[in-house]
Amino acid sequence: MIRKTSLIAAASALSLLSALPVVAQTIAIVGGRILSQGPAGDIASGTVLIKDGKIVAVGAKVTVPADALIVDASGKTVSPGLVLPSTSLTVAEVEQIDDTRDDSAGQRMGAAFDVQYGVNPNSALTPLARLGGVTRAVVTPVLGRGGSDGHKDDGADDFSGSFEDGEASLFAGQVATATLAAGVTEAVVKAKIGMALDLGEAGAAYAGGSRGAAIVLLKSALEDARHYARNRAAFDMGGSRPYPYSRDDLEALIPVVEGRMPLLVRVHRASDITQILKFAADQKLKLILEGAEEGWMVADAIAKAGVPVLIDAQTNLPGSFETLGSTLQNAGRLNAAGVTVAVMGSRDYNNLRQGRFNAGLAVSYGLPYSAAMASVTINPAKIWGLADRIGSLEPGKDADVVIWTGDPLEVTTYATSVFIQGKEQPMTSRSLELANRYRPVKSDYPPAYR
Amino acid sequence: MMHTSQLVRLTLSAAAAALLSACVSVVSVTPSSKPVASVAPANKPGVKAKVTDAAKVAVVLPKGSDPKAGPAPFASTYKPLPSQLTALVGGHILTATGEEIETGTVVMDGGKIVAIGKDVQAPAGAKIVDAKGKWITPGIIDIHSHLGVYPSPGVGAHSDGNEGTEPNTAHVWAEHSVWPQDPGFNRARAGGVTTLQILPGSANLFGGRSVALKNVPSITTDGMKFPGAPYGLKMACGENPKRVYGRKGRSPATRMGNVAGYRSAWIQAASYKRKWDDYRTKIAKGEKADPPERSLNLDTLSGVLAGEISLQNHCYRADEMATMIAISREFGFKISTFHHSSEAYKVADLLAKEGICYATWADWAGFKMEAYDGIAENAAIGQKAGACVIIHSDDQIMTQRLNQEVGIAMAAGARMGLPVSRADAIAWITLNPAKGMGIDDKTGSLVSGKNADVVLWSGDPFSVYSMAETVFIDGAVVFDRKDPRYQPKSDFELGQPGEGVHP
Repeated sequence: MIRKTSLIAAASALSLLSALPVVAQTIAIVGGRILSQGPAGDIASGTVLIKDGKIVAVGAKVTVPADALIVDASGKTVSPGLVLPSTSLTVAEVEQIDDTRDDSAGQRMGAAFDVQYGVNPNSALTPLARLGGVTRAVVTPVLGRGGSDGHKDDGADDFSGSFEDGEASLFAGQVATATLAAGVTEAVVKAKIGMALDLGEAGAAYAGGSRGAAIVLLKSALEDARHYARNRAAFDMGGSRPYPYSRDDLEALIPVVEGRMPLLVRVHRASDITQILKFAADQKLKLILEGAEEGWMVADAIAKAGVPVLIDAQTNLPGSFETLGSTLQNAGRLNAAGVTVAVMGSRDYNNLRQGRFNAGLAVSYGLPYSAAMASVTINPAKIWGLADRIGSLEPGKDADVVIWTGDPLEVTTYATSVFIQGKEQPMTSRSLELANRYRPVKSDYPPAYR
Repeated sequence: MMHTSQLVRLTLSAAAAALLSACVSVVSVTPSSKPVASVAPANKPGVKAKVTDAAKVAVVLPKGSDPKAGPAPFASTYKPLPSQLTALVGGHILTATGEEIETGTVVMDGGKIVAIGKDVQAPAGAKIVDAKGKWITPGIIDIHSHLGVYPSPGVGAHSDGNEGTEPNTAHVWAEHSVWPQDPGFNRARAGGVTTLQILPGSANLFGGRSVALKNVPSITTDGMKFPGAPYGLKMACGENPKRVYGRKGRSPATRMGNVAGYRSAWIQAASYKRKWDDYRTKIAKGEKADPPERSLNLDTLSGVLAGEISLQNHCYRADEMATMIAISREFGFKISTFHHSSEAYKVADLLAKEGICYATWADWAGFKMEAYDGIAENAAIGQKAGACVIIHSDDQIMTQRLNQEVGIAMAAGARMGLPVSRADAIAWITLNPAKGMGIDDKTGSLVSGKNADVVLWSGDPFSVYSMAETVFIDGAVVFDRKDPRYQPKSDFELGQPGEGVHP
């Protein structure tokens, strides 16, 4: 099983390489205010030099080769491409149309569910996200048909249950990262970079109704995975003890129990955070928290454990009994305690643009500006083990670069150019085409002719 | 714009209604020959009716038989909080009437705006608020809110927004679901929201009556009701009703089923209205007449036909908006506002011509098929067409930052070459929703004589970094970011981990 898995991984790595855009070109983005998020820091007016899809120099005084294509960014702001730290982008298209959703395994599978196979480089939402300066998405599976959590009036929540109790596993499945570059046939850059798990009320519902059951089931699943890893041969001969999980699920958990694959835990209440921190320490797991609305109440413990947090910086209502302590100051307080914070939008893929604005909002509530910029660029890259390639404007990294009309975190700012791996991206989207079709003009023909 | 004429029409029909109900109250006499009460705009209880000779021939109706007799039920008990003569001096003012005053003063007294302008001096004795470097706008109005009916925490026991048992529940009133302790009211106030329209959900063709609320802390819902604001009727187009009822194996299961459902209901409403009109005519002439049997459902629908209740129509698609306009012509009513209206930009000229407002998000779209064509340029295109554009929330988080939503929509307009000025854009969340709710004679812009519903912002309201610093409703401080005495908390939050959390 492991052999097969690694073969698949190797195969997809090969296809990825061939999908990389080959750009034998030197591009110099000159005159812009640079927010590098790397060792070059912030530069009032400088140059980002790109060669063959990589950044080769960043600074106030960079010599631009004569053959370079010059992109004038004067009066504008230049930043690394934004990284969505947890999203359904590329695996889900229309939230309420199930046929278009590949972000959850349903009841059949748990840990083995691998979101990479559903990634669609031609999603109509990808160009929309790209126009918002996003160049990379970390695609994380969800339990059940989660999604919109703010749009309650359509009767859907009132008349349909979200998930059934006591079925499937706690695990939502494996995480992948995708490029948002146009024209690629394979968008997955790296698969199997994490394992997603829901705890708190959602996890408890899956475990049969309570938190006590969820943590016990989690522990036994990990013990089974270890046991299975030691007794694979016996399992194949039918000589091992029975496991409640499939071979595929157990196989997928091995890198988690070995501490090689981070476990992304969606958790909200302070006490649940405390429990999972303790559990992860006992089990020697590598942990990432998502949600963590009450994280500020146990910020020191999170910092001490060295666990990073993905948060939606807008949540400030007691939306449930596990988020009674929600506050707009969560990001600022976690950061002050020394926690690495990545800010996300609500995970609704129709709310893609919200990540950078949420980072701006967090600034108003105590997150220093530099930390806010980091929270949508280098921090998510570091958290997901991608910082060797993306997240900052730094020589050697992929040239994922965005030119903005101003401060990237400001609502009235928009991107004017986006480069992914040095390739300039088309600045259009289905939405923008609709807008242009219906722009006010006089015509005797219907808009369909425009 | 059509809104002016709409307002005039509403005012006229209100007057007509008052006349009619005056006649009615004449006949609504108790056995002891004392007037039961009177005619009744919600804000003027207790007006005594004259007992005339007509009373002698009157049918003595049991209380509650005639929707126009007696005091309006559930009348507003709102009382403005204490205020004092106050001058906001030296601020950057957006009046929402298209004017931008870079440095000016707003004076509030007795709950009203009494002066505004560049050269206005603070009157003697006024409390002076230094607004240098700050911005001043009208209070924000969220025309599409479910605060109170879908409160936090969002547990099943609180799910009171959709009476999803019949496709036509025009008889339910959102105010009877509102939980005034919803912590969301306090969060919205910290975001500058001073007035809200609370709507029933959109599971039904006819969802029920909406209610206009002043965003003040109150033990009762009546204590928040906006005095004199007309009621609204929530209708829903498209996917939600057909999904909810189609799943139950009953009509409507299709869009054509939706339309048949609307028309059937309006036929009934027209008949009901005619019966009451006939009855009132006879009584007015002193003839003997039996009143029709009262229907809560048809009270509301006939109120729309009479122009007393505004129509608030959840409708995403351009073609469906056109269908709804055709239905409104067939039965002779007026659609006040389309809500969500993701495709309004496709029919922006039509909506401008018809004088129908449309309320939408900046760029929340794509979550269902009827929202698939939603675009961030929706507001800017409508503005260019001269339509009454509104940015709404439909969301307890977004309502806290409607000002920033406007910023997002402005940026999209600028990107496609349709820039919208700050002076115009502020109306999307102030004057235009007031028009859509029929309260623009009372609030929504900074004009002398209007209610002093005002927000003092830390900076440009269309910046992600700006915050509402002080919020005034009827001239009273209802929120102050720098003073914990003016940061009310819901009963629900006392003793909880969130208590004391800064808004």
